[in-house]
Amino acid sequence: MRIRPVGAHALLLDCDDPDQVQAWRAELWRRREAGELDAVEIVPAAATVLVDGVPDPAAAAARIAGWTPRGDTHPDATAEVEVPTVYDGEDLPAVAAHWGVGVPAVVDRLRRTEFRVAFCGFAPGFAYLTGLPAELAVPRLATPRTRVPAGSVALAGPYAGIYPSASPGGWLLVGRTDLVLFDVHADPPARLTPGTRVRLVTP
Amino acid sequence: MIEVLRAGALTTVQDQGRPGYAHLGVPRSGALDPAALRLANRLVGNPATAAGLEITLTGCALRFTRAVTVALTGAEADVRIERPPARATALAAPTDPAPPTAGRPVERPPTAGRTVERRPGDGGERLREAAAQVERRPGNGDELLRWAAGQVERRFGDVGRPLSLPAGAVLRVGPARAGLRTWLAVAGGIAVEPVLGSRATDTLSGLGPPPLRDGDRLPLGPAVGPPAPVDLTVTPPVPAELRLPLRLGPRHDWFGDTALDLLLRTAYAISPLSNRVGARLVGAALPRAVAGELPSEGLVLGAVQVPPDGQPLIFLADHPTTGGYPVVGVVDDVTPLAQARPGTTVTFHGPQR
Repeated sequence: MRIRPVGAHALLLDCDDPDQVQAWRAELWRRREAGELDAVEIVPAAATVLVDGVPDPAAAAARIAGWTPRGDTHPDATAEVEVPTVYDGEDLPAVAAHWGVGVPAVVDRLRRTEFRVAFCGFAPGFAYLTGLPAELAVPRLATPRTRVPAGSVALAGPYAGIYPSASPGGWLLVGRTDLVLFDVHADPPARLTPGTRVRLVTP
Repeated sequence: MIEVLRAGALTTVQDQGRPGYAHLGVPRSGALDPAALRLANRLVGNPATAAGLEITLTGCALRFTRAVTVALTGAEADVRIERPPARATALAAPTDPAPPTAGRPVERPPTAGRTVERRPGDGGERLREAAAQVERRPGNGDELLRWAAGQVERRFGDVGRPLSLPAGAVLRVGPARAGLRTWLAVAGGIAVEPVLGSRATDTLSGLGPPPLRDGDRLPLGPAVGPPAPVDLTVTPPVPAELRLPLRLGPRHDWFGDTALDLLLRTAYAISPLSNRVGARLVGAALPRAVAGELPSEGLVLGAVQVPPDGQPLIFLADHPTTGGYPVVGVVDDVTPLAQARPGTTVTFHGPQR
């Protein structure tokens, strides 16, 4: 892990792999709750954790460098969300072709995979789910759809994701869910927060 | 209640934004110049966190159904206050500061709809004193009479101080004379339903109220404090050229010396495609030294991202929480960009290399 300065008030923890991202994200959240880290935002991503709104980034970097992530012990880490999924996405045949299997095998694989929220981004409540092996990564559409309906379950790169609201998008559509993924009146507003385990089950 | 008579090009409800949710993909949003909105709030006696309006370039027109104190900050604009005809002679209305001449017989019938030019610095919330001064000044009797008769006012210098409006008055904010954005605070604040602790319109994610449209009605909260006892605050001039201090990183190592020299030694221009998400720049394309894709990573306000076409963009309040193009550096203070019209020259002031 390498710490990079970002502007006047932020740090970027450049991690070696996604597991290290999870571990550092959990460690920094815990340290912030314990009052040992002053930060407005702690934002995990694919290979980094951004710590933003830090009053003294140099001092914070020195402290972080002395910490060892203890792994995820937050209650969220043990939570598992079942997402009832209807597998009727129009890109299922394309995914099957990329994987070199039939559509039923794609559905079976997705149903059996234990996903985990690696990070959120793109839109409020949009969770990037890891759990598929790297060799099953699929490309995005060359031309994104102008409108992907809310609740669409989709794949891109090594990730699965669910569109919390309708938006343009280039991910391959494999199914849909009625589960509300982002509710501004809920706490937290996102159903799938970083670290949450997820299963895309059939209802 | 505010009735929106003319929403203008882009008028949005803004406050200090909704920080703390970036890990859920929620942008910070909020006024592009948070300090300017805080100042407007202070001028009308609001807490710093109150919601106001961010008015873009072409101004707007609003009717207030109750007597209010308002304040504008940011870009200078002509401000016109139209008092309601029914109230035109109601000089003793308790919320409408009455000049000391109230009750004195008006010697000439007012000429409806005439425009009164007032000098910068006149009046403010101390209309009583101002009116008295105007009265004492030889030759200004007509102006006082027209003012006392409650007619249309068109005044310069009304940005940056509290303005008192009677119930039913229409506030017309003209086009920005320089710069782009003016913030309006109203005593009591815009009381739309907060979303995740903020009333800000997020133009990227759609959180918060939609941008204003003609005919919209916005609720106001109860006024909590007295207006600030000031006649005038200084509005910083809009510079013809922006020189932005920049700190390199976190991904400056994706660019070679050639690119960094171009970034720090050539001038860029603000693109017309700029918006609340980011200020897009036009100028020397920055060649990458590292090919391939950067995995998405968290973004900060002021991040200078370089997409594949090499033209940098500077992220503003409605920026996405993560992005997959390398960030070559971060601008310390983005607030000057809130007033940067398309074509404005931008140079980056970086570390000595």
